[in-house]
Amino acid sequence: MLTFLWTDVLLFGMVACLIFLVWQISRKEHLRRPWLSVFNSKVGVVSLVFLLFFLLVALLDSTRVVQSSVSQSQQNNVSRSSLSLLDIVLTPIRTQVEKTYSAPFSSYAYTKEILVDKSGKTLWVYPRLKYGGMHLSDPSTQMAMDILFKSLQGLVWGSASWLVFVIVVFAISKKPLKSKWSVARQYSLLTLFIIFIVMFIGIELAPHYHIFGTDKVGEDVLYQTLKSIRTGLLIGSLTTVVMLPFAVVLGLLAGFFRGWMDDVIQYIYTTLSSIPSVLLIAAAILMAQVYMVNNPDLFTTIEDRADIRLLLLCLILGLTSWTGLCRLLRAETLKIREMDYVTAARALGVSRIKLLQKHILPNVMHLVMITLVLDFSGLVLAEAVLSYINIGVDPSTYSWGNMINTSRLEMAREPVVWWSLSASFLVMFSLVLAANLFADVVRDAFDPRANH
Amino acid sequence: MIQYIIRRLLYVLPVLLGVNILTFVLFFVVNSPDDMARMQLGDKHVTQHAVDNWKKQRGYDLPLLWNDKVQGLSHIEETIFFRKSVGLFIFDFGLSDSGRDISADIKQRMWPSLAIAIPSLIFGVLTNITFALLLIFYRSSYLEFAGLFFCIALMSISGLFYIIAGQYFIGKLLVLTPISGYVPGISAFKFIILPVLIGVIGGLGSGTRWYRTLFLEEAAKDYVRTAKSKGLSDLQVLFKHVLHNALIPILTGIVVILPLLFMGSLIMESFFGIPGLGSYTIDAINRQDFSIVRSMVFLGSFLYIIGLLLTDLSYTWVDPRVRLE
Repeated sequence: MLTFLWTDVLLFGMVACLIFLVWQISRKEHLRRPWLSVFNSKVGVVSLVFLLFFLLVALLDSTRVVQSSVSQSQQNNVSRSSLSLLDIVLTPIRTQVEKTYSAPFSSYAYTKEILVDKSGKTLWVYPRLKYGGMHLSDPSTQMAMDILFKSLQGLVWGSASWLVFVIVVFAISKKPLKSKWSVARQYSLLTLFIIFIVMFIGIELAPHYHIFGTDKVGEDVLYQTLKSIRTGLLIGSLTTVVMLPFAVVLGLLAGFFRGWMDDVIQYIYTTLSSIPSVLLIAAAILMAQVYMVNNPDLFTTIEDRADIRLLLLCLILGLTSWTGLCRLLRAETLKIREMDYVTAARALGVSRIKLLQKHILPNVMHLVMITLVLDFSGLVLAEAVLSYINIGVDPSTYSWGNMINTSRLEMAREPVVWWSLSASFLVMFSLVLAANLFADVVRDAFDPRANH
Repeated sequence: MIQYIIRRLLYVLPVLLGVNILTFVLFFVVNSPDDMARMQLGDKHVTQHAVDNWKKQRGYDLPLLWNDKVQGLSHIEETIFFRKSVGLFIFDFGLSDSGRDISADIKQRMWPSLAIAIPSLIFGVLTNITFALLLIFYRSSYLEFAGLFFCIALMSISGLFYIIAGQYFIGKLLVLTPISGYVPGISAFKFIILPVLIGVIGGLGSGTRWYRTLFLEEAAKDYVRTAKSKGLSDLQVLFKHVLHNALIPILTGIVVILPLLFMGSLIMESFFGIPGLGSYTIDAINRQDFSIVRSMVFLGSFLYIIGLLLTDLSYTWVDPRVRLE
């Protein structure tokens, strides 16, 4: 049976809106033109494919199936556990839990233990792991060859399935094979090739090794990093959805009507933006915590509570971040409303609502678009910082911020536990880098001041 | 000019009042003092008596906005809003929930914050401008392309990684500087190096790009073309003309953040164990000390608005064409 959390519903709603938007844009020539220049840039195509891949992972992680209803008899303590499709795909590495830390690709635990060997002697050694490298009889000699062999296998499988994919794409598309490949097709297929190879090498290796090691309670770090993708994406995108209506409506109203409305709206955003946003977020999250502690019956499961907190965080981040875009839109509207075509429309008797909707809004959309993509990466980074100060997502939610937070103590251990930090760094960096590069390309394409 | 400043200062008041009311609503109306007391004293097994006691000690036992029990002006004075919020306007922050004098704490903790923030700002701006000028100088070459990509890559790394990696490699492996800590006086020097270095590196990506756009805008203007056609070399044009004229937006950009330097950096200070205002705020958030958080919100907004005012004034100072009416 399918089940949904609030954030899941919103994520799917957002994707539906996005698809609708893409469909709308693709029908209109003047809207399509800037996007065509995005698709003609190599960087744009590559980063977009990466972003879509991350989105796919997040969507898989948002489709939940109720697995088991534990302890139905205890009504007040119903612990409903749901699994996402991503969990099911990642079943081997989700369930292969070791005792404690282990290094990437290691077959031995991080701490020594007392073991009794066959002849009855007690030994003080690093025990073998339960899952990592357990198929090898002598890891020190066989491991390198085994990893190499499995990676080659992954390479072959990856290339093969990529080829199948390419053939399917060609079969569907109507263009003849020999026609010139567009930049978009060329580079998206190239990027997909890299993604396929990495994915298949992962599929070959992950069931037998802990590629990124395990954490304190023995959970696979690769699993944690992949689960964190959803949190990062949600914060980045849901926040912009929250701030968008405020920024657009208030910005346009202030610029268009001027007078007292302008004064009031300016006052609101000066006040809001003068409060240091971290402190505003902290205050709101503290208040939410007090509320949750005093109303425990509203949030029955840990999952629900974590989800509401994530939603709340997006809401607050959105409420604190609309001021910048609002100010921009106000200034632009002030400029546009004095233009000749607006005066002409007004002289022809177009109503004010219609004027805003048909003549002004479309002409400030490029600003909205640029701000949205630029803000996204900043928000993903902000999540990590906020989680570090304990005012971010719930500690039980998988997120890069929480991973970095725990790894801070791990770096002080001897020997150093570096893999948790490195893994979260690697995945977070690739997501944010892709988003930043994409934002750059989009800005160049939409900004009228850019060099043409 | 004086008139303008007075008018702007009068405009500050309603904004501060707005900030005050907003924080008041957040802290006292959405959650009653009873809720706060229960949170502080432990969740469930608290007697009403203990809650009343806690509220009385901290002065939260008064009505929120209007006191019926007393006469005259005390209607308004004997309330939480008047006692807790109005004092902020004259920078009387009162006592924290754990009973310490907030104003004294702020005065004492301001200096370590400044000791980190000022060198970070100066060295940060200098390196950013240097790199931006280099990028402009090697315009439309592979060097610029690589530099821009490098900037985006630097921007894509969370600040936390810079701090953790810096502490690990420079502090722990190479033992060049202490990992964290602070002592007052001149010997604070060795504790400051690492945070400042990390602050500079962390801001390098976005800073360089920001200054580059400023310089690019300036370089597209007519006087640059004139200077070039006079036969000046690229280097001369860049340093004599572009840099000189770009100093206006650079300066005004710095002025806006100057007052906020007092607040310190939240993350940096708590990672490096520096007893500044940033770590003060973080501690207050973690201990859920609402009085301190409220005071810091007010102080932060005040400094931000002062920053905006200073920016406007600095425009007239550096650019004689601008007149404030």
